[in-house]
Formats: sequence, C-alpha cells, structure tokens
Amino acid sequence: MNDMTPTREAREAKLEGMGCKRKRVEDVRFTQGRGNYVDDIKLPAMLYGDMVRSSYAHARVKRIDTSKAEKVPGVVAVITAETLKTVNLAWMPTLAGDVQMVLADGKVLFQNQEVAFVVATSLQAAADGVELVEVDYEELPVIVDPFKSMAADAPVLREDLAGKTEGAHGKRDHHNHIFKWQVGDKPLTDEAFNRADVKIDELISYHRTHPSPLETCQCVASFDKIKGELTLWGTFQAPHVIRTVVSLISKLPEHKIHVIAPDVGGGFGNKVGAYSGYVCAVVASIVTGRPVKWVEDRMENLSTTSFARDYHMRTEIAATKDGKVTGLRVHILADHGAFDACADPSKWPAGFSNIITGSYDFPVAHLCVDGVYTNKAPGGVAYRCSFRVTEAAYAIERGMDILAQKLGMDPAELRLKNFIKREQFPYQSALGWEYDSGDYHTALNKALVAVDYAGLRAEQKAKREAFKRGETREIMGLGICFFTEIVGAGPSKNCDILGLAMFDSCEIRIHPTGSAIARVGTKSTGQGHETTWAQIIASEIGIAASEIMVEEGNTDTAPYGLGTYGSRSTPVAGAAIAMASRKIKAKAQMIAAWLLEVHEDDLVFDIDRFQVKGVPERYKTMTDIAWVAYHSPPPGMEPGLEAVSYYDPPNMTYPFGAYICVMDIDVDTGVAKTRRFYALDDCGTRINPMIIEGQVHGGLTEAFAISMGQEIRYDEMGNVMGASFMDFFLPTAVETPHWETDHTVTPSPHHPIGAKGVGESPNVGGVPAFSNAVNDAFSFLGSTHIQMPHDAWRLWKVAEKLGVTG
Amino acid sequence: MIPGAFEYHRPKTLVDAVTMLASLGEDARPLAGGHSLIPLMKQRLSAPSHLIDLAGIGDLRTISEENGALVLGAMVTQRALLASALVQVKAPLLIEAAQQIADPQIRALGTLGGNVANGDPGNDMPAVMMCLDASYVAQGPKGMRHIKARDFYHGAYDTALAAGEILTAIHVPIVAGQGTAYEKLKRKIGDYAVAAAAVVLTMANGKVATCSIGLTNVAPTPLWAKDAAAMLVGTTLDAGSVKKAVAAAEAITDPASDGRGPPDYRRKMAGIMLTRALARAASRAA
Amino acid sequence: MAKINVTMTVNGEEVSGLAEPRTLLVHFIRETLNLTGTHIGCETSHCGACTIDLDGVSVKSCTRFAVQAEGSHIRTIEGIAHADGTLHQLQESFRQMHGLQCGYCTPGMILRAWRLLQENPRPSEDEIRHGISGNLCRCTGYQNIVKSIQHAAAALNGETFAEAAQ
Repeated sequence: MNDMTPTREAREAKLEGMGCKRKRVEDVRFTQGRGNYVDDIKLPAMLYGDMVRSSYAHARVKRIDTSKAEKVPGVVAVITAETLKTVNLAWMPTLAGDVQMVLADGKVLFQNQEVAFVVATSLQAAADGVELVEVDYEELPVIVDPFKSMAADAPVLREDLAGKTEGAHGKRDHHNHIFKWQVGDKPLTDEAFNRADVKIDELISYHRTHPSPLETCQCVASFDKIKGELTLWGTFQAPHVIRTVVSLISKLPEHKIHVIAPDVGGGFGNKVGAYSGYVCAVVASIVTGRPVKWVEDRMENLSTTSFARDYHMRTEIAATKDGKVTGLRVHILADHGAFDACADPSKWPAGFSNIITGSYDFPVAHLCVDGVYTNKAPGGVAYRCSFRVTEAAYAIERGMDILAQKLGMDPAELRLKNFIKREQFPYQSALGWEYDSGDYHTALNKALVAVDYAGLRAEQKAKREAFKRGETREIMGLGICFFTEIVGAGPSKNCDILGLAMFDSCEIRIHPTGSAIARVGTKSTGQGHETTWAQIIASEIGIAASEIMVEEGNTDTAPYGLGTYGSRSTPVAGAAIAMASRKIKAKAQMIAAWLLEVHEDDLVFDIDRFQVKGVPERYKTMTDIAWVAYHSPPPGMEPGLEAVSYYDPPNMTYPFGAYICVMDIDVDTGVAKTRRFYALDDCGTRINPMIIEGQVHGGLTEAFAISMGQEIRYDEMGNVMGASFMDFFLPTAVETPHWETDHTVTPSPHHPIGAKGVGESPNVGGVPAFSNAVNDAFSFLGSTHIQMPHDAWRLWKVAEKLGVTG
Repeated sequence: MIPGAFEYHRPKTLVDAVTMLASLGEDARPLAGGHSLIPLMKQRLSAPSHLIDLAGIGDLRTISEENGALVLGAMVTQRALLASALVQVKAPLLIEAAQQIADPQIRALGTLGGNVANGDPGNDMPAVMMCLDASYVAQGPKGMRHIKARDFYHGAYDTALAAGEILTAIHVPIVAGQGTAYEKLKRKIGDYAVAAAAVVLTMANGKVATCSIGLTNVAPTPLWAKDAAAMLVGTTLDAGSVKKAVAAAEAITDPASDGRGPPDYRRKMAGIMLTRALARAASRAA
Repeated sequence: MAKINVTMTVNGEEVSGLAEPRTLLVHFIRETLNLTGTHIGCETSHCGACTIDLDGVSVKSCTRFAVQAEGSHIRTIEGIAHADGTLHQLQESFRQMHGLQCGYCTPGMILRAWRLLQENPRPSEDEIRHGISGNLCRCTGYQNIVKSIQHAAAALNGETFAEAAQ
C-alpha cells in the first residue's frame, strides 16, 4: 500500500451510502426550473380539456345542452355521460369496490361533480366553452351530516345501488350504508368495561381535510390511432396501477398503454386515485385523435379530487383506578362522500384503523366501523399517512389524555405505565397486528428529558395560578403524543389493490464500466428517491451513489410496482432494492472468486470490493468485476450483471415516535401560538438523515395546519366552503412553528436493511400533539375534549363557554 | 381559471382615461394593480368588456405634501408607500396598515387607489382612511370632485364613485402629535382581517383630546365608529371608559359569517382589536 | 378576440409574442415563451409558485396580464444561474441546506429570495419568514428554506454560515 491508496474512510465517504447526508441529485434541475412536470408537456396539436361542474350537491340532471359551447371558436368537442356510454365509460370502478360516475349520469351527488368535458384548441376557448354549457337541474334533498345518513327517512343518494343489500364489504344495513367492518373480541371487551374501575367515553372527530399538493392533479393523454397505443402522462403516485386500471376500464391491452409519471409536485395521497379528468382526457384523445391535456385548478382540486379523514370516532377506554388500561371499544362513523372511492387495500374498507390500540398493551379491544354515503366529494385518501392510521392515532392519543385527566394522572406517566414493553416485541395486538419492534420507554423518556418536561409542568402550574388571579390572559398547554404507525403495505397475505398484491420491485443493471441504473416501482413526489435509492445500492454493492442513476415512473421501463403512498416506499421498495443488490453482489462474489482464484467463502466484502480474507491487498473492486462480467465472465456463467427483485414483505413496519408540543393560547382572541415543538422519531435504520429531517419538518407543518384550521367545510346545502388558498389553511413561513427533531434507532427485524419509513410519521403524530396541547391548556378550566380544527374562533368559543373570555 | 375576453386600453393621460371610460360605458373598468379585479375576472364573477389600464399615467404614482395634507396618487403601490420616508414621518398609520396587507408580491403591485376604490369590505385602507378623515379625488366627465372617505362607502362594492369616474388621488390630513395604531387579527398572511381597528388620537394633560376609530371587515362597509370615539374624548382611557366605547363600537358592527368565524366572534374581535389599538395609540401620542 | 403583439425583455433577451388581452402573464411565459420553470399552484395569487421578477420587484405572474408587461424587464428561474452554467449561490444553498423537496414551489421561492437578498442583504430569520410569506411550500415546513436563504446570504456577503443552534 502506498500513500496514494485511499483509506477505508475515504472509500466509504466516496460511496455516499446509507447514513450519509447526501445532497439531492434532483435539486440540480429543480433549482433551475428544469423539472419536467405534467403541465410542462406540450405536444403538437394538443388540445385542452376543461370541466363543467355541478353547482348543486344533489340534483337530478334534466338536460345538458352543449350546442352553444360547441359553437365557440376553438371548441373541438364536448363530452357528456352520453358520449362516454358509447364506450361504456360513463361509470368507473373505484379502488374500494364501488363504482363512480365519470360524468354526471342522470344526477349529481356532490357540488362541483364533473358534468361535461369541453375540449378546445386553447385554454381560453375551453374555459369559454365551459361557460356556455347549459345544464338544467332539479334540486334534491341533501345529506351533509353523516349522522343523518342512515335515518329511516333519509333521501336515497345512490339510486344505482337500489335493492343491493350486499356491498363489496358485506351487508348494507340502509340505502346510504356502505359497509360495516368489525374486528376484535366484542364479548370480552364488553366484559372488561363491565368490570372497569374507570371508563372514558368521548366522540372524537377528525374533520374533513385535503392533501392539496402544490401541483394539482393533471394529465396529458395521447392516443395513436395507427398503432392503437395510448400514452398517458400524469401526476401519478402509482403509475403501474393507473396503467392496469386504464386497461381494465378502456379495454385497451395493457402493453399498448404507456403510463408515465414525470416529476410530480407533491402527492400526499392526492395522486393515488383515478379521477374523472383522466378518463375524460383519454376518451377525448381517442375521439379527437389529438393529444389532450387536463389540468385541475385549485378550486377543483380542493373540492373534488380526494378529501381525507371525516372520521367520527366514539372512543371508550376501560382502566383500573391506578391507571392500567384494560379495554378499548371504538365505533367509527366514516363519511365517504357520494361514492366509496377510498384508496385502501381491497380487504380493508377502514384501512388499518385497527392500529387504534396504539402503543399500549390493551388486553382486549373491539372496533366497529360503519361507512356511509353523503352528498360530499368522494375520496378518503391517506393524506400523508398509512391507511386511516392518522385517524386511529388521533383517537387513541386523545383518549389516553382524557383518561389521564379523569384519573388525575400525568399523561406522560399514564403512557409509560401502559406502553408495550421492549421485551414484548414482536407483539400481538388485541386487534390483530404483529408489531415488529419497538422501544417506547426509551423514546418517551428521552423526549421528556429533552424538553425538561417537569420544568414545563411547573411553569404551567404557575401560569394557571396567575391566570386565575387575573394576571395573564394566556393559558399554556403541553401536548404529548406517542404514536405507533403501521406502514409498508404490504404482505400479499393481507394486502392487495384491485387484486394486485402489494409488493414492490427493483431492477438494477450494472454497466460494463461500473456505473449503474436502477429502476424502481415506486414514484417519488418529493421524497428524493433518486438520491436515497442510490444510497442503499451504494452501501449494498459498493458502487458510489453518484454512479447510480435511479429511474421511476415509466411503466414501460420500470418493473411493476404498487407505487408511493402509505410510507411504503422504503419498507417495500427499499427492501426490493436491497434484495436486488444482494443478487448482484452474489454474482459479483462468484466472479471475484474466480478472478482471485479462491473459494467464494474465502472472500469478504469490504465497502467497495471483495478481498481475500486476511489478505486485504488481494481484492477486486466492483468496477473490476463489472468489466469482467461483460468482457470475460467465468466459464459457464451468463455474461452481464443485473438483477430484479419483487419483494413481498413478511410483515408491515411499525415506526413510532414521541412528540411534545408547548402552546400558549390568548383566551381573548382564541389565537394559539406554538412556542416549542419537539419530535423524536424512530424509523429504524436511517438512510439519509438530511432527508428524514426534511420529511419530518414537512409532515409536522401539515399536522400543524390540519389541527389548527385546515378544513373542507360544507354548508347545510352541501356547498363546499372556502375551496381556495384564501380559506383553506396552508400556513406560510410566518405562522409555521420552528421544529426540533430527534431520534432513536430500533431497526425493523424483518426488513433487509432494518428501515421502517418516516414520511408520514410527523403527520400521524403531529396532529394529536397539537390537539392535546390545546386540550391540555383548557383542561384546568373543566374542559374534557375540544373538537378540531382548533382555529382561533373555535378556541374563543371554548373560552366563552368556559366563562373566561373578557 | 381564465377570464372572459376583453379589450385592453392603456391611456397615457388621465384625460384620455376619463374620456375612454365615459365613451366605453358600463362594461369598461379601470385597472390598477389588479389584485382585486383579476381574481374576480378569473372566476368570471366580473367580466368587463374593456379594461383601462391606469399604469401608463405617470402622475398617479406621486407622493407629496400639499397644504398640510399628504397627497397620494391612486397608483402608488403598497410597496412604494412603505418605502416613502415622507409617509413614514407624516402618516405612520398608513405604514402600519400597509405592512399588514397581503404579502410582498401583492404589495408590489397592489395600489392604494385600488384598495380604497373598489369597495371590498375586506380591504384594510378604507377604514384607515375613514379614521384619518382622508378624502378621495375623483375625476369624471364632469370634472374633478373631492369625496370624504367617511362618505364614500355605501355597501359591499358599492361606493360614491359615479359611473365614469376614476379615483385619482387620496388626501390625508397631517396632524402633529397624533398617536396611531392599526391592530389586525387574521388567520394567516394573505388573509383578510377577522377584524381590525384603526385608531388616531391626541392626548392633552393625560386625557384624550381627539379620537377617531375605523373598523375593517366587520360590516358590509368599513366603519367609522364616531360615537365610540366621541365617548373617549376627555377620558384618561380608563378601563371603564374604554369598555363603554368598545361596546359602542361593537354595536355598529354587522360582520358576515365565514371561515374567519361567526358574527359574534368577529364582533368581539373588533372590540378586542380596538382595545389594543387604543392602548398602543395612546402610548404613541405626543 | 384579436391578439396583440407583446414585447418584453426576459432574462436579458428581448422577446415578443402574440397574446389575447386576457392571456395571463404566467401563461405567456410558460406557453408562448416556453419557459416552464415558472409554475402555477393556486391561480388566486396566494401560493407564489408563479413568482417572477418584474422591473425590480417580485410579482405573482398569475395575477397580471401579459399585455400589462409590455416593455417590462422580467427575470424567471431560467435566468438565475450564471451565464457559464454554474448555479447561483441561492440555487446552491437550497441544495446544500435541503431547501426543497418536490421542487414545485422552488422556482418561485428562489426568485423571491433573489429579490429579497437584494433588498436586504442581511435579513434576520423573521425578515426572511415575512419576506417569503407570499410563497407557499407544502413539503419542507420552510425551516430549511429559511436556512438556505441564510446560507446564501452569508456566502454572498463573504461570511461563514453559522447555523443557529436548535
């Protein structure tokens, strides 16, 4: 070895593998405005589509007159349900086993529902056409409140389901009922409640909101009549699934459909589903023979494509008088809007809401969910969370605080007392999950020390006294959340979408000169896969991340994958990447052994090379090996160095975290200020700490928005209120709190690299932390539970009710 | 969100603009910064056939002091206002209000004239102008006239500006020794006020000598709370007097119910903002 | 409606094109000039994804007609990097400090920061937060954007960036 030989540290650093705060490769193009988003695509002779939408929430469509619109210069076609019927596409299947109108067929069921699609040579002409489509409506009674959906005399919303007593998830009890889903042991749970010393029973609602990525949903459809091929560029989190859905509903053979998700400007669950605009653009392209672009505006985005939440959770906890939980009983009323278009794995109509036992050792539990129709937009997507996990985490974390208040116990102490202990993992929950790993006590204790929890409680006590003496108009709240997520859907034994097992995939090809391309079945919408996937491969096979190109989103080139949502990319695709890398490494080892004339077992892998055990100067680097693989492979061995892996995970992963929020509320205005927010996350092995921190910041900001005011509201007529960024609360840099991040590391025992996923943890854990802080602030005045969102006027109303406003 | 079609005009002089507006009739609208009008047009809630862009008229962008008043051209942007040393010295209330309007980009184009002229109850400047007893200069086919801000607002988007008239300037009286404050409660940057209060007062021997109060976004028009202000004159701003005046101010509000809250909340917030503005204005009075 | 010829200077180059009076400036930039780095996020002048620099101030190009920009000097994200192709300090700092994720708000955010640092070369954190309050980001929570701008300001001033302790 001479002085020029790089040290092990230098070789390691050059890889930029796992654990490295590698700067993102995506940023070079994004910072220069050279991203390629859907709306940036422009094709020759391209037409623009624009949607005519319903002004009413529930009405019969008596007549649609497109004649004036068709006369607008530039308007090429106006498509209605009648047009779509000629190709059998007036309705489409939903991911949840229901059907949904593509364009209004006889009636409309929510405001802004799609009624007609105008296609024109310019944006301007399309908009003018929309103005001139005349629709006659006959108004029908509206259901906005899900609690009124199943009244005996409630109006029938879904006439197409008349007489159908069986839905995709079993018996329907009422014409507006979608499903009933139950899990757990009811008799044993009831028994626990009968014997309980202490019980709480609270209706905990999680209001309707919307993921609202900065880029709306959009697509460009281009049908080539000669080849019979369709190319569809779109804002898709799951491009392969979209291709299969398009094939199933259009009857075009799947190999003649090319779905491409280029750069996507945020997803957060909004871009999982298949929307009317996509179908209309495809049909319009087939009808006109020209490419058709459809771009949602913000109002359309907020009011039609994919709401989130709208869960109303009656939460009961049974406990002993010294604070040991003995049972959990929850009934959820789930408002799914006009069509059941929730994006959940097929067998899970209420998602993984049975994670609702949270981080606690409940001996028994029972959960029952009723889904109902209302005159609101369909959707029910997992807005930056795994399926219904954030709702479940909210209910249990609020419930535990309410129980602590009833017991007169500190909420941190109650949690520590009831946590699943480290030695109990893998842990079988009362509602059927096997938690893979966890160390909850360590995490919460670290958080409590980090924020000086005891000191904060002492300060709060003093402030409460001062408030009572009239010396301050401010009250202080401390919100704790200890969440357990369930992500990484999922094992084929219990997870599928439209029958497709929820595996994910990776194909790696090492080029002769030692660089590589990796194609993955996921689709980054900002998470930085091009950066982090390369880091996994770099660590696994010793090629520098900078020499690995990652490609996603093109269904012609990427292996089939189920896409990016539910924090599944790292748990599932991340595993596929590691497994594909290991296949390459295994072949590389054979080649190295042949080259070094030793047995494979006599080799050891060291950073970027195989070396002979005990003789480190005898080695072959991955670059050496790659060349040989293409130039002169060992006798009998196939040339080339590539591998593909389809990974079916054996279990979900269970990230967890301890969040603490310190808040001050001005009772005279209801304005809440977050003084401090500490977030400790345990997502197992950390691939890129810089990106993890960024994900946590973003998710916390969303949680802050949701809990403190972000809401899709309807009036009693079903008019959607405030569907613009004036009213829909997206905080600016001024309102957004400062975030403190921290971590512990408890690797997943079943994941090849021990990673668990992190992108959604802050949304799941953040909302309860904010809400618990608000509730904690008011608790000493006799308040038990305050419904979200906690915007200023609602908090002022609470203060007024408690008699403490000025 | 594409506006309906219109014809675009860019006159070079005020006379041309007024002539154009008169000849093009009711379907013509003057265009200033565009931050109220263009969003309405994009939603097709407004569809003028002609837009007369005032941007080409240089004299509408001046800020000067004339005869004891600050004279602000209608096309002065919020940004230009904020940068004016003259305004900072002579009318700090305008600075304080302008800082709380929307965001930097909107302040860069949004104009004072547009803010006061279009009659949107959510705009901040109208109540401030009423509070300061400003007057507006209107130029029309029949010539020029002055309209008191306090007489200008008739209803939501309904003002004293006659058909064919263009608001060209704002006169703000300069009074020495005033203490002023603008307290605005809003949900976030970029939002209209839940409620806001402007206060101008002078103190003499520890007592209020003069007082004026304006309220934003708590009625279909901006409000000048004349009676409430009168009740404070001669008081030391003691808690009891303030409480009575605040109640009088709250009584003239008629807030809408929207995402910012129900009427009772917004009425109370008008009172809270007023209480805070009074305290701050008093602390600043000479 | 008849189209009008509109001429302006964009990123130092005089350009012209036909536009209906109602053509929004952002559409003119994206569709006519093919400069697609300027994005559209809300269309109601709240999100700032369409922020450009117009005659020395940051503006939202979704709330401006192209005809209003006749004779203007405009800079878009495509005109921020140096002529030799190297990144502007702000672009570099956004990359170093992880000031972006999906990249959709980034051009508007950088354009705004570019003007902000000319208006105020040494902004405090609070001034930065207010300075970019017309630009929404859904991914980052702003913290690393603020840090990116601080990092760029320090570098442009020839100072060392000292990250504030958490």
